[in-house]
Amino acid sequence: MSGSAGMPGMYGTDPEGAAFLPAHFSPGDRVRVRAAIPPGHVRTPWYCRGRSGVVERLCGAFANPEELAYGRPGLPAQPLYRVRFQARELWPDYRENAADVVEIEIYQHWLETAPEDRP
Amino acid sequence: MSEPHDHRHGRDDEDSVSYYRTMEIAVRSLLIEKGIFSAQDVRRTVEAMDGRNYSRGARVVAHAWQDGAYRARLLANGTAAVEELGMQVGPLKLVVVENTPAVHNVVVCTLCSCYPRMLLGLPPDWYKSREYRSRVVREPRAVLADFGTALPADVTIRVHDSTADMRYMVLPMRPPASAGESAAQLERRISRDALVGTAVIDR
Repeated sequence: MSGSAGMPGMYGTDPEGAAFLPAHFSPGDRVRVRAAIPPGHVRTPWYCRGRSGVVERLCGAFANPEELAYGRPGLPAQPLYRVRFQARELWPDYRENAADVVEIEIYQHWLETAPEDRP
Repeated sequence: MSEPHDHRHGRDDEDSVSYYRTMEIAVRSLLIEKGIFSAQDVRRTVEAMDGRNYSRGARVVAHAWQDGAYRARLLANGTAAVEELGMQVGPLKLVVVENTPAVHNVVVCTLCSCYPRMLLGLPPDWYKSREYRSRVVREPRAVLADFGTALPADVTIRVHDSTADMRYMVLPMRPPASAGESAAQLERRISRDALVGTAVIDR
């Protein structure tokens, strides 16, 4: 987690008062999954790391499972997106229908603006 | 002892007291000793989990087939639409994805075995297998063919990797032959695998 806890205006809070991070991306945004290899419990599949896709929807904010796995609260909650990848982006040698897609749930801290869309 | 030999049969799992099995037994025994719950509660819960099957999912699909407004609500917010029918979804959010003549959906959890248990019961062994989990994102048509499911070449396949807090159920296409049928008749046409997307309902 970033060490920004306590910065005013940084987090929102849900009706129960739990902190969540604001969503940085909207449906239709092109994003890339960070090509990171952190140790420990990770819920971003290996096969999409470093790959680009399009945000299909924002699912809400959820406690970070990479923190929950170690008995920590996982707050502020991370926005969770469904990202749509072309199968050929994931597998350059994909042999089935070129229009096929894979949708994967990815937490915001794993996403960055796709390189070709950066200002 | 002579050299190691191969018995060619599976080992009984209960012979292996693994790290996590030991931890589960220890935690369960402590909770029972402290009176948090009883052994009877554990037995009852396991029995309820084992007894649940895809009939709840079939009920949701049959209702969506008969009521277009409900279908739209189900696709917009799966959790709320299922609760409308008096069923509880639990803490995870349900996303319902619709098959059309142009798009076929199939569900997997490549990381483990996430599955909409509240609607479909316990996942089948193949859903948890390494083979299904690794292949269906890589060559979905080849996997569907193993299930006897052939799709027209121009259909787009959308694979849903259930990696986090959502759970997915497929809303299959209603077979044309079912026109005018009652909810009970429709439910009988629905198969578990059609709700995961490894099958279609063609009769």
